[in-house]
Amino acid sequence: MKRFADLLTTLIFAPGRNEKLRRLQRYFAQTPDPDRGWALAAFAGEISLPSATPAMLRALVEARVDPVLFRYSYDYVGDLAETVALIWPSSSCCEPKDAPRLRDVIDKLLTLSRTNAPPILADLLDHMPPDQRLALVKLTTGGLRVGVSARIAKTALSEWAASRAVNAPLERIEELWHGLEPPYEPLFAWLSGAAPEPDVDLATSFRPMMLANAIDGALYGADELRADQIAAPETIVRLQQRLDPAEFAAEWKWDGVRVQAISVNGVRRLFSRSGDDIAAAFPDLVDALEFEGVLDGELLVVRDGVVAPFAEVQKRLGRKKAGPKLLRESPAFLRAYDLLRAGSHDMRGEPFRVRREALEMFVQGADGGRIDVSPLIAFDSWAELATLRADATTDKEGVMLKRWDGVYVGGRPMGQWWKWKRDPLTADCVLLYAQRGHGGRSSYFSDYTFGVWRRAADGTRELAPVGKAYSGFTDQELTRLDQWVRANTVERYGPVRAVKPALVVEVAFDSIQPSPRRKAGVAMRFPRFKRIRWDKPAQEADQIEQLKALIGARPEQGA
Amino acid sequence: MTMSRAQPKYPLILERGALFCPAGGFYIDPLRVVDRAIVTHGHSDHCRPGHGKVLATAATLAIARARYGERAFGAAQALAYGERLKIGDATVMLAPAGHVLGSAQVVVEVDGVRAVVSGDYKRTADPTCQPFEAIRCDLFITEATFAIPVFRHPPVEDEIARLLASVQAFPERAHAISVYPLGKCQRLIAELGRSGWGGPIVLHSGLVKLTELYQQLGVTLPEWRAAAAGKWDAAARDSLRGAIVLAPGSALSDKWARRLPDPVMCGASGWMTVRQRAKQSGVELPLIISDHADWDAICATIRETEAEMVWITHGAEEALAHWCQTQGVQAAPLSIAGRSDAEPG
Repeated sequence: MKRFADLLTTLIFAPGRNEKLRRLQRYFAQTPDPDRGWALAAFAGEISLPSATPAMLRALVEARVDPVLFRYSYDYVGDLAETVALIWPSSSCCEPKDAPRLRDVIDKLLTLSRTNAPPILADLLDHMPPDQRLALVKLTTGGLRVGVSARIAKTALSEWAASRAVNAPLERIEELWHGLEPPYEPLFAWLSGAAPEPDVDLATSFRPMMLANAIDGALYGADELRADQIAAPETIVRLQQRLDPAEFAAEWKWDGVRVQAISVNGVRRLFSRSGDDIAAAFPDLVDALEFEGVLDGELLVVRDGVVAPFAEVQKRLGRKKAGPKLLRESPAFLRAYDLLRAGSHDMRGEPFRVRREALEMFVQGADGGRIDVSPLIAFDSWAELATLRADATTDKEGVMLKRWDGVYVGGRPMGQWWKWKRDPLTADCVLLYAQRGHGGRSSYFSDYTFGVWRRAADGTRELAPVGKAYSGFTDQELTRLDQWVRANTVERYGPVRAVKPALVVEVAFDSIQPSPRRKAGVAMRFPRFKRIRWDKPAQEADQIEQLKALIGARPEQGA
Repeated sequence: MTMSRAQPKYPLILERGALFCPAGGFYIDPLRVVDRAIVTHGHSDHCRPGHGKVLATAATLAIARARYGERAFGAAQALAYGERLKIGDATVMLAPAGHVLGSAQVVVEVDGVRAVVSGDYKRTADPTCQPFEAIRCDLFITEATFAIPVFRHPPVEDEIARLLASVQAFPERAHAISVYPLGKCQRLIAELGRSGWGGPIVLHSGLVKLTELYQQLGVTLPEWRAAAAGKWDAAARDSLRGAIVLAPGSALSDKWARRLPDPVMCGASGWMTVRQRAKQSGVELPLIISDHADWDAICATIRETEAEMVWITHGAEEALAHWCQTQGVQAAPLSIAGRSDAEPG
C-alpha cells in the first residue's frame, strides 16, 4: 500500500505526461504481482465498490472527530477524500511493518457490503499513515484523479515491455484488454518476458482504431507548417503532384464522437476511441445494434434527420446514465463508415473497397432509424474535391481521404487515411492577460487571454475577453512574448498579469458559438495563435460583431 | 470582546491593531512605527524598522540590523532568555519560541497577572534555535497559522528522507527548494547536515547574508556554497546536477530558475500538507517542513500553559476557538493588522 500511495503522490505532482509515464513504468517494474495489477485496475477504473459511499466515510469521520472541526477542515481543504485522510486520528499502531499490502486492502474492499463497510474501512484507516489513507479513500470512492487515464497506464505498460525487449504495442494491449481481468497476472507475465501473450477471446473485445494523419503533414515540411505557409491553392497543387485521386475514396469528416459498435454472440458494446466502454451512456443506440458484427463510425445526436450540435453529444457522453428526458430529446445515432467484422468474418484484412461495399449491404439490413452509412463523395480531381470541401454546407469538419486498397490496421499508419480539415477561422485579438505556464514552462508567461473590441453601455470602446490560448507559437516567439509581458505588465493577480492592451495576435479557431455565460457572449473552439502581429496597432483589432458574424458561417453541426 | 481601558483584566490590550501593554507603555510586534516596541523575532511581519526603542533578543537585533541596517531603530536593548526587566509597572521576560534563531515569547506580568505572547512558534526540534518553553500563564496569545486539524506535520527526518530519495532518483537534475531567507533556509541546511547528506548545498545570493550571520551567531551548519553570480556557462550549470539548491520563492518562480539543470521544484512548508494547494503552487516535490506549530502542538501548548483565556491571532481562528470552548477554556479571535496566511509556513 505504501508503494501505491507513494506512486499516487508522485503522479499528482509529476509535471507532464512523460514524467507520469516514467514513474508508472518504475512502479510496474518494481512492484510484485498482484499489487501492480490492482494498481493498474485502479488507473483503468476497473475497481467498483458501490457499497462504500462518500456519505459513509463522512459519518465514520464524524464519529471520531468533532463535526464542527471536520466542517472547518473540509471547508479549508475542499476535497472530501483528502480531508478524511488528513483529519483521521492517527493511532499508535502505524508501524511501517504493520501497514497492509495493496492486495490485502483490495481483498478486504472486495468483500464490502452496506453493513460491514464502516467497520472494515475504519480498521484499515486506523492502520495507515495519511498518504495511504488518501490512497485508500480514493480507491474506495473511485476516481484516483491523479491525471492518469487508462490509456496512459497502458502506454506505460507498453514502454516498460519494450525496455524488457518484449514487443507489446499499445494497440495490442488495448486489443487484449477486454479479455483480461484484474489483477492481470498473465498480462504482466507476458510484458515482463516470462510468458507468451495471453490467449483471450477477442471477438467481443475492443479493436484498436485506425486513425488518420493530417494532410498538411504529408504535403508541407515542418518549417513550412511552423511558418504557417499552408494555403488551399498550394495544397491542391501539391496533392496533384503527390497523390492520385483515383486511389482514394473521400467522405465527410463528421463532428461527433468516434465509436466502435460491437454486437457479437449476443454481447453488445460501444467503445470510444480510447477503448473505454461507453455503452451505459447510450442505451438507445445499444438497443439498435441489431446485427452480428462490428461497425466503425461516428456517434451523433440526430433529431428528425437533422444532426444536433456537438455539444449535445458531449452532454450525453458526460452522463453515466441517460435519463428518459435526455434519451427523448437527444437521441443517439450511428453514422457508420467501416465494417470490421461481418457475421463471424474478420473484415480488417480486406481492402477498404471490399469493406465499403460490404458495409453498405450490412447496414441496409440493420435498423434504419438509428444507423446509416456515411456517404462517399464522388470526385475526379483534387481541385474538384477542394471546391466541394469549400462549398460544402459548411457544417462538416472537412473531408477524409481513404486509400481504396488499404487494409484496416490500428494506430495511425502513414499514407493510408488523411484528414483534410477545413481552414480555421481567424480573428485579430488583443492580448489582455498572461499567466504562468506549468512544468517546463512555469517560468514563462505562456497562457494568454485575449479579447476584441466592443461598444460599452456608455458608448466607449472596450476590450472584452473572448478566449485563451497556449499554443501556436515557437520557442523563440514564447521567449519574446514572455519579455513583452514582463515589460508591459500593468497589474498582477497572483500568477496572472494584466498587460497593456497593445499587442495584436491573429488567433485561429475551429468554430465559434454563442455563450451567454461569457462576458463577450461567444466562445471559441480550440483557439491557438496563428501569427503575432508585432506591427499592428491594437485599435485595428477586430470587433465583437465580426466574431459574432462567424457564428452563422460555421454552425456547430455534424451534418 | 470588550476591554475597558481603565481597568483591563489582563496586562495586554489591542490598541489600533497591535498588542499594547498600558502598564509598561510598549507594543509587541507593531507594524506601524511606535516609540517602544518588543519584537518577538526577525520576520518582516513582526519586526519593522523605525521604532524609537526596541527590546528583543540579541540574535533578533542582529538579524534586524542585517536586514534593515545599523540605524534600524532609535535605540535597541537586548534581553537574554529568562532575564527579567521592569518596564514601568510591568515585568517583562523573553522565553524561547523555537521558531527561528532568536525567536522569543514575550512574558508580561502586571499585578500578579501573567500574559504570554507566543509570537510564531513550533514544538519540534530545530538545530538552529533553542526549543520552545511552555510557560504557565493567565492569558495566552497564540498564533494559529496551522490551527486546523488537517495540519499534522510529519517528522522532519521523514521529509528530508523523501527529498534525498528524489535526489537519488534524479541525479541529473537539480533539486530547487523555495525557502524563506530567515529560518527555513538555515534549518534546512542544518537538517541536511544532520541527515548525513554529503552532496553540494548551493544558495541563491539572496540567502547568503543571513546564513553567514547564523554562523557568526554560533549556529553550526555543514558546508554550503553560494551560486555563481552573473552569467553561467555550461560547466556552472552542470555543476548543479544532483545538487540541492535553496532559493527564495521569488527567484524560483522567475527567470533565475531557468539556469538550473532541469530542476525539480520543491516546496518546504506546512502548506504542502494539502495536495491540491501544493500542486497549485507549482511544486513537483512538496516537503512538509514547517516552522510553525501544527494542530496537535497548538492544542498541547494551550493545555500546558493552563491559561484561562486564549487570544488567537493570524490564522484559522474559528476552529481553534471552537476547540478551546470544548476544553472549557475561554477564547477569542484577535485581529492583528497586517497578518495573513500569506506568511511563509
